[in-house]
Amino acid sequence: MAYVEHAETAVLHEPKSFITRYIWSQDHKVIALQYSLTAMFVGVIALVLSDLMRMQIGFPGSLSFMDAGTYYQAVTMHGMIMVIYLLTALFLGGFGNYLIPLMVGARDMVFPYVNMLSYWFYLVSVLVLLSSFFVTGGPTGAGWTLYPPQSMTQGTPGSTAGIVLMMVSLAIFIVAATMGGLNYVTTVLQARTHGMTLFRMPLAVWGIFMASVMALLAFPALFVSAVMVLFDKLLGTSFFMPGIISMGQQLAHQGGSPILFQHLFWFFGHPEVYIVALPAFGLVSDLISTHARKNIFGYRMMVWAIIAIGVLSFVVWAHHMYVSGMNPYFGFFFAVTTLVIAVPTALKVYNWVLTLWHGDIHLTVPMLFALAFILTFLVGGLTGLFLGNVIVDIPLSDTYFVVAHFHMVMGVAPILVVFGSIYHWFPKITGRLLNDTLGKLHFWVTFLGTYCIYFPMHYLGLLGMPRRYYSYPNYEFIPQSAQQLNAFITITALIVGLFQLLFLFNLFWSAFKGKPAGGNPWGAASLEWQTPNTPPVHGNWGEKLPVVHRWAYDYSVPGIEQDFVPQTVSAEALEEMRQRTAQARTAGEGP
Amino acid sequence: MNGPLLKDTAGGDSGGRWHQPPDDTRAPDGIDRAKTAKVGLRVFLGVVTSLFFLLLLAFITRSQVADWQPLTEPLAPLASARPLWLNTILLALGSISLQWARVAARRGALNGTTLGFALGGVFAIGFLGGQLWVWKQFVDWGYFVSGNPANSFFYLLTGVHGLHLLGGLVAWSRVGARFLRHVPLPQLAPVVELCAIYWHYLLGVWIVLFALLTSTPETYENIAAFCGLR
Repeated sequence: MAYVEHAETAVLHEPKSFITRYIWSQDHKVIALQYSLTAMFVGVIALVLSDLMRMQIGFPGSLSFMDAGTYYQAVTMHGMIMVIYLLTALFLGGFGNYLIPLMVGARDMVFPYVNMLSYWFYLVSVLVLLSSFFVTGGPTGAGWTLYPPQSMTQGTPGSTAGIVLMMVSLAIFIVAATMGGLNYVTTVLQARTHGMTLFRMPLAVWGIFMASVMALLAFPALFVSAVMVLFDKLLGTSFFMPGIISMGQQLAHQGGSPILFQHLFWFFGHPEVYIVALPAFGLVSDLISTHARKNIFGYRMMVWAIIAIGVLSFVVWAHHMYVSGMNPYFGFFFAVTTLVIAVPTALKVYNWVLTLWHGDIHLTVPMLFALAFILTFLVGGLTGLFLGNVIVDIPLSDTYFVVAHFHMVMGVAPILVVFGSIYHWFPKITGRLLNDTLGKLHFWVTFLGTYCIYFPMHYLGLLGMPRRYYSYPNYEFIPQSAQQLNAFITITALIVGLFQLLFLFNLFWSAFKGKPAGGNPWGAASLEWQTPNTPPVHGNWGEKLPVVHRWAYDYSVPGIEQDFVPQTVSAEALEEMRQRTAQARTAGEGP
Repeated sequence: MNGPLLKDTAGGDSGGRWHQPPDDTRAPDGIDRAKTAKVGLRVFLGVVTSLFFLLLLAFITRSQVADWQPLTEPLAPLASARPLWLNTILLALGSISLQWARVAARRGALNGTTLGFALGGVFAIGFLGGQLWVWKQFVDWGYFVSGNPANSFFYLLTGVHGLHLLGGLVAWSRVGARFLRHVPLPQLAPVVELCAIYWHYLLGVWIVLFALLTSTPETYENIAAFCGLR
């Protein structure tokens, strides 16, 4: 049980000037916005990179500066930025920071100073990453998996300074993520208000909490591999570098194990998928429940599914390495665990659908995004079943089928939740609603557009079109029609990319000119909508911390007028509401 | 509105709990900052455990490649583990001193706390000095970081461990400054406890590292076989 007595009395790091309020701020809400804006900024860069790649694939030779090396650099930086610097940072640093204290009824994170450091380390890691665009040789072009020896040997773009900056940036990011993660986990464990038991927390908090625990345990694997790669690169050790002849020269390395790097990388890399997915699962559960005016179906089951997915995700990593070669029994083991993890995941999908069933569905913009998430995640998850099996994976490995799979399941699906969540929580953050028409336009173009982009890729993959190729001359097994399909995908990608600017415009325009929202525009029951001020002020809760009497999903409670009961309503108050409703009904039925 | 799905006869919802009165919802009050810091530290130690665990797995895996030259061979620097034993004793003394400070702080004895706390840091500094001396020994004998994977891992593992202890010493010196400012003992006790926990933990990690670094190639082989790495 956790209730921080001192939180009622202790003086919080009160901001004194513009600089301590908005720049060196220790307030979780400001830090969340700093994280989110930085993440969106690098996200736009990654988006532009993806469109440059698509121009090359759809219309080869159309960009004069695009050669094979530049293409690989674009592939690498697009992947790395999207997975780590955008999605991870946005879900944990952005949503985690903003929502955890508000949703559990705390005044701030438990270690505000460390929380502030976390953001500044993140910013430094982003700057180091971006600086690699401006060094000799440019950023690394080794693919986001950065496999040695290829990432370090001459011939790969950015094998001198680029790879070093990449690894340094990752190491700094991991320090930042660890400082953030310590805060999120400890805040959830220690700073919950009166009555906020673990099993009364909204699923958004559960998703972010579990993802933070996983990040804390998985990121060290990436840290270890980054440090060891730096040793190999800068000090000439042979952790990963085997004896190799490069450009006719025998390199000084010998005996290192590239497979060891792959194991370490994917021991981080696979949990990373769920570090991105679990917050999305949690947030979308809250969106669906709120906008369907119905309690989430099987809340406890949902929590245990989140925990089960978190645990299982640590024993599936080698399914990324079927073609690297391994003991056949290992292949069998990892195929089995991969299919087993589909069970709790499918359970979550069923529960979302059952929450919708007979719900009072409001097709608001957040709800549209949430529904689109369920569909997209389902499609991406089903292709995962193909790729989880060793014998099906081997022919499909390194084709566009894989590209389609992981973009659907961990690219588009979480991004749809990010958009839905921004539309949902924007009124709490700014006190204003995002423009609805622009929102719907943004939704339909994004949703249909991403399907037009990734659905055909499954087909291209089945044709055998390999991924990560700069161009496709003289491949007789790829028919001419594939080129037309690629041109279509490119045009769609450009349109979808452009419409994201509409979203950014909506964001900034509505922050100042949007319709005032009031404290609780969606009629949501969870704690963050019950703050005395909107947007919440420093310290969140005014004089007294809120007291929680129920879970976060009391929607459409029978016998009362209002179709939601906030978490702060006590049993007595609920009884009063019931009686008032009953009286109003009898009065209404009178002559 | 909702249909009849999931409604029990009383009109409640089998998935929800709104028909049940909130009973044991009041959490006991008075959980303080010290407890929170301790939980935070424990979570952090979980992260560090993951870090060292993965480093050791990498160590075992890499040790199974033919070019591995054990440091424990007769003419190699770890043929005699005596310097490392000395360092281990220093680190253990540091841990014991801080434990002493922790107990003294709990009893409210300022002098004992101060002495134990100061000694804990001094012994840790001694340990780091000893480790650096071992490194120098390696260099003098021509065992450089890139010479052999065994050397690389020795520098890497002791280095990462040393950096963690150095980080602990930064915290230690900040607490030390509070001692010098005569902050009252009840406010110092929780942070002294945090230092003690961290020192014990790093002692534990060091003992594992020490045992592994001075083991024979046969032991590595057995561990690797046990983990399915061979």
